[in-house]
Amino acid sequence: MCGIVGLFLKDKSLEPRLGEMLTAMLITMTDRGPDSAGIAIYGAETKGRTKMTVQSDNPESAFDGLDKKLSDTAGGSVKMAVKSTHAVLEIPAGSTAKVRAALDELGIRVMSRGDGLEIYKEVGLPKDVAARFDIAQMSGTHGIGHTRMATESAVTTMGAHPFNTGNDQCLVHNGSLSNHNSLRRKLRREGIHIETENDTEVGAAYLTWRMQNGATLGQALTSSLDDLDGFFTFVVGTKDGFGVVRDPIACKPAVMAETDQYVAFGSEYRALVDLPGIENARVWEPEPATVYFWSHNDTPSATEKAA
Amino acid sequence: MQTIDLSETGLRAMNKLLHAQSEDTNQTAWEIINPKGAHAIACGLNAPIEVTVKGSTGYYCAGMNQQATVNIHGSAGPGTGENIMSGKIVIEGDASQYLGATGHGGLIVVKGNASSRCGISMKGVNIVVQGNIGHMSAFMGQSGNLVVCGDAGDALGDSCYEARFFVRGKVKSLGADCEKKEMRKEHLTLLKSLLDEAGIDADPTEFTRYGSARNLYNFDVDNAGAY
Repeated sequence: MCGIVGLFLKDKSLEPRLGEMLTAMLITMTDRGPDSAGIAIYGAETKGRTKMTVQSDNPESAFDGLDKKLSDTAGGSVKMAVKSTHAVLEIPAGSTAKVRAALDELGIRVMSRGDGLEIYKEVGLPKDVAARFDIAQMSGTHGIGHTRMATESAVTTMGAHPFNTGNDQCLVHNGSLSNHNSLRRKLRREGIHIETENDTEVGAAYLTWRMQNGATLGQALTSSLDDLDGFFTFVVGTKDGFGVVRDPIACKPAVMAETDQYVAFGSEYRALVDLPGIENARVWEPEPATVYFWSHNDTPSATEKAA
Repeated sequence: MQTIDLSETGLRAMNKLLHAQSEDTNQTAWEIINPKGAHAIACGLNAPIEVTVKGSTGYYCAGMNQQATVNIHGSAGPGTGENIMSGKIVIEGDASQYLGATGHGGLIVVKGNASSRCGISMKGVNIVVQGNIGHMSAFMGQSGNLVVCGDAGDALGDSCYEARFFVRGKVKSLGADCEKKEMRKEHLTLLKSLLDEAGIDADPTEFTRYGSARNLYNFDVDNAGAY
C-alpha cells in the first residue's frame, strides 16, 4: 500500500513549521505503511558548502571523530551534526564524490547528498521515526515523506524511502514496479550504483541514469511512463520544488491541495485535513500519465504524456 | 436532527448508531461533523434515513447502501457507494476512483467531477455526474445508466454489457466493444427523468448515447487461432 505526503510552502512565514506539519501528515498515513518511514527536508544552504546525510547501525563508533577523519579527504573543514542513527555532514562544495568514496570504505551509508536536502529514514512506525530524528523541529522550504508497507523487498533502512536520485533530488513511491529486475541489470551494466533488491531504488536509479545522459527531471519522469512497468505514484523532491507523476492506470491514490500558502500532496485527503486553510483549498486528484511540477523559481506546470 | 461529531464518537460507534435505525425509525435526519476524510463513513446503512456528512470523506463512504440518502458536503474518496443496492448518494464536490463500483441499484449524483473507473462493473445503479469522468469508466458495465454532463476519459464502457452511457461532452476514446448509439425517444425520456431526479438542469437532446456493440457476446471463430 504505502503512504506519501508532500508539502511545498509558498508562504515563508510557515517555513519554521514545515517539519511539524509534515510530521503530522506522515503520522496520519501510518496505517498505509507501518513498516518504515522516511522524510526528506529541504532546508537552509550555506554558500561554498554542501551536505551529506549518512547512516550507521552503530552510530556511536561510526560517527566518533568522523568529521576530523574526513576533513583531509574533503579538503577543508567538515561540520557534523549527529541525530540518532543519522549524521548530517556539512562539507566543502565539490567534495561529495571524494567523501562518498571515503564513507564507503568506512562502511557508512549515504542517505542523501545536496546543498539543502537532508533525508532521514528508518524501520519502525512513522511516529517513532519522526520522533527519533526530531523532524517536527525542522524548518525548511519544502519536503516529502513516505510510510512503507513493504511488498517487493525486505523491511530495512536501505529499503525505506525517500531515495536520493542525484544532488538535491529524491523520490518516494507508492506502488510496485514489475520490471525492476531486468531494469536493474541494465542500469548496473550502464555503471549505475544500485544497492538493494528494492523496486523503488531501481526507479530512482532510472531517473539518475536518464539525467546523467542529459535529460531534465521532467523529461526523465515523462520517459519513465514508457520504461517503467507496474504501478506507481511518484513524488520527486528537487532543490526548489517537487513533482508528481502517476502511471497511466493510476490505481494508487493521490490527492493534492493548493492555497496561497502551500501546495500539499497526500495519498489520502486524511493526510491534509489539519493544514491551515484546508477548508478553502483547491483540492483535486492529479491526472494519470501527467507530470506536474511546482517550483519556487518557475510557474507551476502540468504536461500530459501522449498515449 | 441528530448530530454526531465523528472526532468524539469514533467511526465504529457512529456506524453502529446508524445501523441501529429500523425501517420505521423516527430519527430520520442525521448530521455527521468532523469527518476529516475518514474511511467507511455511513457504510452499510439499511433504513430510510437521510445522513449529511459535513466535509470530505475517505474510502468507501456509503458503501452497500440500502434505502438511505447520504449527502456528502465535500469530496469523496475512492470506492464511494461501492455496491450500492438502493437509496441515494449526493456528492457536492468531486468523487475519487471507482465510484459506485458493482452498484446494483439506487442513484449517485456528483456535482463535481468523478475520477477513473467510475461505475466499473455497474449492475443497475444510476450515476449522474455534472462534471467530467476519468478513464476506464463503466468497464464491464452490465446494467444501469451513467450520465455525464461533461467529458469522459479514455476507454469508456470497455467490455460493457447492457449498461447505457449518456455523455454531453467529448469522449476521449471508447473502450473495446463500446459504440455510439442512436438516441431514441425512450432514451430522451429516460435521460430527462434521471437528470430531474439528480436535480441537474441540462437538455437531454445535447447528449450522445453509447452502449455495447455486442460483438463480444459470442465467440468469433476467426479468433480460434489465438487459443
